[in-house]
Amino acid sequence: MKSAVIVFPGSNCDRDAYVAIRDVLGSEPEMAWHGDSSLEKKDLIIVPGGFSYGDYLRCGSMAANSPLMKEVIKQANEGTKIIGICNGFQILTETGLLPGTLMRNKGLKFICRQIHMRVENNTTSFTRKYADKQVIQVPVAHNEGNYVVEDDVLKSLQDNDQVAFRYCDESGTVNDDTNPNGATDNIAGVLNKNKNILALMPHPERALSKLFGSDDGRGVFESLMG
Amino acid sequence: MTEVTRENAKEHGLTDEEFDLMCQLVGRVPNLTELGIFSAMWNEHCSYKSSKRWLKTLPTTAPWVICGPGENAGVIDIEDGDAAIFKIESHNHPSYIEPYQGAATGVGGILRDVFTMGARPVALMNALRFGAPEHPKTRHFVNGVVSGIGGYGNCMGIPTVGGETEFHEAYNGNILVNAMCVGTAKTDKIFYATASGIGNPVVYVGAKTGRDGIHGSTMASAEFTEDAESKRPTVQVGDPFTEKLVMEACLELMKTDSVIGIQDMGAAGLTCSSMEMASKGQVGVELHLENLPTREPNMTPYEIMLSESQERMLMVLKPGREEEAHQIFKKWGLDFAVIGHLTDTGRLVVKMDGEIYADLKVQDIVDNSPEYDRPWKESPKKTEITPDTLKNTQDPIQSLKLMLDTANLSSRRWIWEQYDHMVMGDTIQYPGGDAGVVRVHDTKKALAITTDCSPRYCLSDPFEGGKQVVAEAWRNLVAVGAKPLAITNNLNFGNPEREEIMGQFVGCIKGITEACKTLDFPVISGNVSLYNETEGKAIMPTPVIGGVGLMRDSSKMMTMGFKDKNEFIYLVGGSEKDVPWLGSSLYLKDIEGIEDGAPPPVDLSLERKTGEFILSLNEKSLLSACHDVSAGGILIAIAEMAIKSKIGAQLYNLDVIPAWWFGENQARYIITTNDCASFEKLATSNNITTLKLGETCGQKIQIGDNLSVTLDEVDQIHGKWFDRYMSQAA
Amino acid sequence: MKARVYVQLKPGVLDPEASVVSKTLGTMGFDTLSKLDMGKFFDIELDVDSTEKAEATLKEMCEKLLSNTVIENYKIEIQS
Repeated sequence: MKSAVIVFPGSNCDRDAYVAIRDVLGSEPEMAWHGDSSLEKKDLIIVPGGFSYGDYLRCGSMAANSPLMKEVIKQANEGTKIIGICNGFQILTETGLLPGTLMRNKGLKFICRQIHMRVENNTTSFTRKYADKQVIQVPVAHNEGNYVVEDDVLKSLQDNDQVAFRYCDESGTVNDDTNPNGATDNIAGVLNKNKNILALMPHPERALSKLFGSDDGRGVFESLMG
Repeated sequence: MTEVTRENAKEHGLTDEEFDLMCQLVGRVPNLTELGIFSAMWNEHCSYKSSKRWLKTLPTTAPWVICGPGENAGVIDIEDGDAAIFKIESHNHPSYIEPYQGAATGVGGILRDVFTMGARPVALMNALRFGAPEHPKTRHFVNGVVSGIGGYGNCMGIPTVGGETEFHEAYNGNILVNAMCVGTAKTDKIFYATASGIGNPVVYVGAKTGRDGIHGSTMASAEFTEDAESKRPTVQVGDPFTEKLVMEACLELMKTDSVIGIQDMGAAGLTCSSMEMASKGQVGVELHLENLPTREPNMTPYEIMLSESQERMLMVLKPGREEEAHQIFKKWGLDFAVIGHLTDTGRLVVKMDGEIYADLKVQDIVDNSPEYDRPWKESPKKTEITPDTLKNTQDPIQSLKLMLDTANLSSRRWIWEQYDHMVMGDTIQYPGGDAGVVRVHDTKKALAITTDCSPRYCLSDPFEGGKQVVAEAWRNLVAVGAKPLAITNNLNFGNPEREEIMGQFVGCIKGITEACKTLDFPVISGNVSLYNETEGKAIMPTPVIGGVGLMRDSSKMMTMGFKDKNEFIYLVGGSEKDVPWLGSSLYLKDIEGIEDGAPPPVDLSLERKTGEFILSLNEKSLLSACHDVSAGGILIAIAEMAIKSKIGAQLYNLDVIPAWWFGENQARYIITTNDCASFEKLATSNNITTLKLGETCGQKIQIGDNLSVTLDEVDQIHGKWFDRYMSQAA
Repeated sequence: MKARVYVQLKPGVLDPEASVVSKTLGTMGFDTLSKLDMGKFFDIELDVDSTEKAEATLKEMCEKLLSNTVIENYKIEIQS
């Protein structure tokens, strides 16, 4: 599988993404610098987490305008699989590849903790290794993870099975108490209409081994192997 | 250039004697820029003039120490050609003035100290002291400091894997913010702050220079008066984004062989960094300030030399390598300028637009920096507090509930959830355990890191307290299964010009020294913060210890949570007959309402023997959980183990008084095992005292048949104190 | 009474955010940009009858909460 991890100034989960691809998919990704203007055609591109451009102005806003993102958008539209994690999710909404935006957590604080989320659509290339409604444990680490969309967009997300993951508790219950950041409809991860783009606030790349607290994140990468 | 006056010198914090010495060394009366340079080099913060005499007595060597104190950070060998590089530093005064920025730039500074040495930072820790919870400003400080630390570390992408936080009224007017950073590098790729090669270019990289924090380091050594709040000097604003870029660019450049020496610009910025590099390399430096990137127009040489703008570095490159280096910094969007060169004159010459603003002999300033042997008075010994003086007789479960519901024993989750403690993907033990543990990337090895201090002990008996802080750090590393290797220390004290404060300092140093020697646990870096006083009221003596240990096989890491039901709980290093040590204990404070008494004595040989026993049991995989017994004593330790795992404990009915459960006797651990026979046999053959305390089971902490509390209840008390406290309006 | 309160970093205090925004606009091709500063404003309505009272109250708000006077300046504009 030909893959790339995009590196922006301020990315800091780029190495984590690299390790996930190397260790789970068994091939080394290209670490692509945001300032480059061309990128060889890939099967998978990860827009990693971090604080691109220091999270200044709006998270992801400046990274979305960097030269290489034009190429990422082009490949996304041609069917390349894209995963945006955390800040990567914020960047992808700023580019318009995904609807909605990420606002400040309802508690107004950065939160870093293990959370649970429920697999809402296990028919995609990113989730097919999971069972339907499977509850998985992965960490979050963000200040702006409160996913906000207009009502009609939310409805179309629901109608098109574009909600990939919802925040829940250990037993799979989805409600306000199990929502760490106030995200609309407890949405933790969304897909585009074509289901070749997945963006999520939790970090599956930090949940690859029980040594680190959980190995439930492997499924996202294993699903990509077909 | 205009000559300065004695008055000017005083404003810069120099005494009459220091002024005279300065004039004598220069051979004339210096100008303002020169005075600024002298005052920056000779103030307490840079010169350690009050503490130097005593710092020299600390043990700093061991076969695994590659570089001890004196560089940006200390370096130890962690085998296989890998090195761990670490240091702790304070940012107390800036954090009191502006908690968010003060704490943030404190983290920024310590990160620079570590990556300057060629290391990639892999973990951050901190040690915080706030005033009494009921003090009206405490919440404001907690909020600002915690978000400042998180704001900087999270953005840099370095996990904050642990720390410690304590509240006490002694810190009402003088909070403490100490930040520690650990990095890793290859032993043959370590960079030092030494300039060499006459004619070689001196290069400035990073952010632009503004008028930030001029006299910041002078401020850091000035005692607070109430009106310091209204004076409010310009504080430095941290920019973690720029620092992240500076770090990546420096590490990229260091992969080439073009860097000769490198130093970060911290306190007193360009002055200290250029002086230190020149002095270490026995060379001179000529600077041309017109080439230096400035953020504001019309900055004077005085301002440029003393600016404390953050995120800047000074380097000496090999000749002809400027362009290669420039390209790297350009790629990262950072300023890069050749601002001078090395000379054979041994002088620091500062020029701007052709005019000379300072011309000083480097070695004169560095070698002759004042060193005081300040008079000191031994702290009076406190009496022992014996159990027969106790008034309260309530049962231990009641006391447990009361003590867990306090500022100092409640869970710190509220704090550490605001720190990204998992970024970089190597954190294998989160905050809340005995030590934070990070794997050495792409290896089986791991580093365990802890910060510790017991100011109550140090106040009551600086010498025993000094021993104890080192022993506790050592014990915390042992408790996660790491071999303790070395420490960094941050000595926070009051005004050293007062004999009793200097006595506390000397006592703690002597105690630390003795513990380091017995435990083979040398000091490889550190920082001193004096004058922590407001209105003549000093903080408690707070010598914070940051300890680092190595685990060869991270799969053998221990954690404190119980692992399963029906395992046996033991006290290691103690017995039913032990008299509970109550002096300066939390039990005495929280239950009896008394803060007094001699602190627990530390038998360092026993400490070492017991710790080595724990490590040998772990090697044999005989332990399922392990936790050291520290503040609050045995029952607090057991409660923490139960809360963490959501597995209860049935403890036996022992022939002890209620206070036995809360004594703070040293060199003790609580462990669980399911192989009592092997465990007890090894304890006997190693001559270690142990006591079987009970079994893991159910959802309660229960003593005997009648005394119990549910895990839900203790979890609510312990887990929610901080949330409740912080959500109340100030 | 309606007022607008502007809060901005003091001149000389580093504003990393403004400098990054400015640089990014530059790389996006806005080459006529020569300077960019940022700040925030608050629209505030007060139940008071005199401009003096409003100003005093707003000033207190700024000193105590709206601005961090260590690093920020504020400006009060009474609008009606």
